Amino acid sequence: MSATHTHGHAAGHEHHDDHGPASGIGRWLTTTNHKDIGTMYLVFSLVMFLLGGSMALVIRAELFMPGMQLIDPGFFNTMTTVHALVMVFGAVMPATVGLANWMIPMQIGAPDMALPRMNNFSFWLLVAAFSLLILSLFMPGGGPAAGWTLYPPLVLQTGDAFPLAIFAIHLAGASSIMGSINIIVTIMNLRAPGMTLLKMPLFVWTWLITAYLLIAVMPVFAGAVTMLLTDHFFHTTFFSASGGGDPVLYQHIFWFFGHPEVYIMILPAFGIVSEIIPTFSRKPLFGYESMVFATASIAFLSFIVWAHHMFTVGMPLAGEMFFMLSTMLIAVPTGVKVFNWTATMWKGSLTFEPPMLFALAFLFLFTIGGFSGLMMAIAPVDFQYHDTYFIVAHFHYVLVPGAVFAIMAGVYYWLPKWTGHMYDMKLANWHFWLSAIFVNVLFFPQHFLGLAGMPRRIPDYSTQFADWNMISSIGGFGFGLSQLLFVYLVWQCARGGAKATSEVWDAHPKGLEWTLPSPAPYHTFDEAPVVK
Amino acid sequence: MKMVKRALVAGTALLLGSSPAMAAWDLNLRVGVTELSREIYGLHMLILWVCVAIAVAVFGVMIYSIATFRKSKGAVPATFDHSTQAEIIWTVIPVLILVAMAIPAARTLVKIDDTRGSELTVKVTGYQWKWQYEYVDQGVSFFSTLARNHDEARQLDSGIAPASVENYLLEVDNPLVVPQGRKVRVLITANDVIHAWWVPDFGMKKDAIPGYINELWFRADKPGTYRGQCAELCGRDHGFMPVVVEVRPQAEFDAWLAAQQAARQAAQAPATQTAALAPTVEHVATVRVANAE
Repeated sequence: MSATHTHGHAAGHEHHDDHGPASGIGRWLTTTNHKDIGTMYLVFSLVMFLLGGSMALVIRAELFMPGMQLIDPGFFNTMTTVHALVMVFGAVMPATVGLANWMIPMQIGAPDMALPRMNNFSFWLLVAAFSLLILSLFMPGGGPAAGWTLYPPLVLQTGDAFPLAIFAIHLAGASSIMGSINIIVTIMNLRAPGMTLLKMPLFVWTWLITAYLLIAVMPVFAGAVTMLLTDHFFHTTFFSASGGGDPVLYQHIFWFFGHPEVYIMILPAFGIVSEIIPTFSRKPLFGYESMVFATASIAFLSFIVWAHHMFTVGMPLAGEMFFMLSTMLIAVPTGVKVFNWTATMWKGSLTFEPPMLFALAFLFLFTIGGFSGLMMAIAPVDFQYHDTYFIVAHFHYVLVPGAVFAIMAGVYYWLPKWTGHMYDMKLANWHFWLSAIFVNVLFFPQHFLGLAGMPRRIPDYSTQFADWNMISSIGGFGFGLSQLLFVYLVWQCARGGAKATSEVWDAHPKGLEWTLPSPAPYHTFDEAPVVK
Repeated sequence: MKMVKRALVAGTALLLGSSPAMAAWDLNLRVGVTELSREIYGLHMLILWVCVAIAVAVFGVMIYSIATFRKSKGAVPATFDHSTQAEIIWTVIPVLILVAMAIPAARTLVKIDDTRGSELTVKVTGYQWKWQYEYVDQGVSFFSTLARNHDEARQLDSGIAPASVENYLLEVDNPLVVPQGRKVRVLITANDVIHAWWVPDFGMKKDAIPGYINELWFRADKPGTYRGQCAELCGRDHGFMPVVVEVRPQAEFDAWLAAQQAARQAAQAPATQTAALAPTVEHVATVRVANAE
C-alpha cells in the first residue's frame, strides 16, 4: 500500500503540471479525468433516475384506481415509453458506466482510462441524446408513445417527435459504443504488472464482457432504428408487408439487440455484488473462475434467446421450441452465480453495512425475478403471461431490486473512497429498509395482476384489478419518495462528514482501490503498482 | 408423480381461491375452459412449485447464513473459496430439473401448434381500436367495439363510477359467438398496426400482424361469456378494445348463425349502395354489415 500511496501524493512533483482539476465549469466541460467523468455519469444517471421515476409516478397515479382521472390515454403511452427509455438508456446504463469510469482504472492499477478524450466525448454525447429525447416530448403530436421497443407500424404513427427520438437513440448508442471501446482498451492494455486476466476483480470482468456485448449489439439497434427512419421518410418498406417487408423482422432485429441489452444492464450489477458480498462476509468469493465462466456463458446465451420476447408473433413450432429450450438454459449459469454468492456467505463472518444490505436484497429479489423469468421461458405458458403485468413484475424485479439496488450498493460501497467522507449510516439504513419494503409493495402485486389477466400498457382497467393496482401505486409513491433520502445522503457525503480511512470498511476489503487514500487523489497509479 | 401434481394443483386452487367473491384479489392464473388452457394451467403450477421448492432451499440457506454466520455472534470466517464437487452438483441438478420441465412443455407446445381438423374458422382482424370477426365459410362478418356506455364512462373525468358499469371495459356491442365443444380455428391479422387477440380462459394469445395471418385454435367446453383484451400496444385506445366471446350450445349457435345470415341477406337484398350505406335500425342492432367490407 505505502508505495502507491506515497506515489499518489508525489504525482504533483512530476513532469506534468496539469495534474489538478481546472476550476469552474470548464473543469466539467473539458475534463479528461476518469474520476470527473465517472462523477458526471453518476450525477447524470441520478437526474435521469429521478426524471424517469417521476414519469413512473404519473403512470402509477393514473392507475391508482379504475377510470381515467388525470391524463389522456395518448399521454399515458408517452409516459410508459419515455419512462422506459430514460430508465434503460439514461439511468441504469450510465450509472454502470460511471462506476466503470471511477473504479476500473483504480481496480486494475491504471492511471486513467485509455482514451480520455473519447471518454469526455461519449459523456457529452449522452447529454445531447437525452436533451433531444426530452425535447421530443414537446413536439406537435406528442412524445414517442409506441413503447420503448418502438415496434412498427405503430411507431411510424409518431408525430414530429419521431426523428428526434430516433436521433437520440443514435447518439446514445454511439456514446455507449465509445464507452465500451474505451473500457475494453483500458482493461486489455493498462492492467498493472502481474494482474493477469484471472486476477482481475469480478467487477472488471463483468464490465469487460458487458463492453463486448455493447459493441456487438448497439450497431444492430442503430440499424433497426435507421430502417424505421427510412420507412417513415423515404418510402422504404423494410417493415411493411404492403411493399414486401415484414413488421416482425423489426422485432427480430430489435430483440437481437434487446436481449443482450438486458444483460448489459445486469452483468455489471453481478460484478458489484461479487465485490461486496465477499468483503462483508470476510471471506474470498466462492468459485471465482466459475463466476467468470458463468458470466461469459450468460453473455453467449444472450445472443441465441432473443425470440422468447416474441413467442406470440406466430413463429414456426421449431422456432418456439428452440427459443424455449435455449432460454431455459440461462437458468444454469445464473443459478451458479446465485449459489456461489450464497456459498460465499456460508461460514463467513457477516456484518450488515448499507452496501451489504443492498447486496443481500439484490440476492433475494433478483432471484425472484429469475424465477418468474424461468416461468415465462416455458413457451406454452408464456402465451398467457405475454404482455401482461406478470412480465412488468418480472423485469422490474430484475431491474429495480436487481440492477438499481446493485448500483446503489456500489455507490454506498465506494462513496467514501470517492469523497473521503463516511455518510450517515443510520439514514442509509432507513433508505435501505424503506426501499426494500416499498419495492415489494410496488412490484409483487403486479404478478397477481398479470396472472389475473391485466395487460400491460393500459391506462385504465376493469374493476377486478382495482385492489392490487391501488396497493402497487402506494408502493410506487413510497419507493419514489424514499429515493429522495438517497439524493440527500449523497449530497451530504460529498460536502463533508467523518473522515474515511483508506480501507474505509472494518472488513478489510481486498483490491487495489483500497490501497489508495480516501478521497482518491485526482491522479492515481501514475506509476503502476505490482500485483503479486 | 401425476397424482402429486394433481393434488398440488387442486390444493393451490383451493388455497388461492378462485371464487367470484374474491375476484378483486385474484392471485393466480385462470384454469380456463379448454383442454389447452387446463394444460397450460398445469404447466404453470408445475413450474411455479418447482420455483417455490428451489426458493425454499436457496433462500433457506441464505437466511440461515445471515442468521448464523454473523460477526456480532463471534463467527470466524472460513477460508475456502471453491469446491468442485459442490459446483458440479449445482450445475447438474438444475439441468435435470430443466429437462424434466422441457418435456411436458414441448408436448403442450406441439398440441397448441396443431390446428388441423377444425370445425369452424373465424377470421379476426384488428383495427385501431376494434375487432372484426368473419365467419369465413358462413358469409357472416361484423365489427366488435367497446360498448357505448363503457366508452362514455372511460372518458377523462366522465363522472361515471367504473364500479357502476358492469364488466367495466370488458363489454362489446357484438361479441364473437362460437359453438360449444367444437374445434374453432381463429385466423388472426390486422389492418393497421399490430394488435394481439387474447382470451385468458382459452389459454391463447396471438399477435394480429398487418399483412400476415396467424392462427390459433380452441375448443371451449362450457357455455358462457369469456372476456379478454387486446394485448399488444396499438396506440391511444389500446386499453379500450376488449375481446368478448360467447360460447353457446351447438343448436343455439346454429340458430344465431342462421339469424345473422338472414340479416345479412336482407341487408344485401336491395343490392344498391344506398341500401348498404343506410341499413335499418334493426340491421345495426343485429350485425354491422354496412361496415364489414
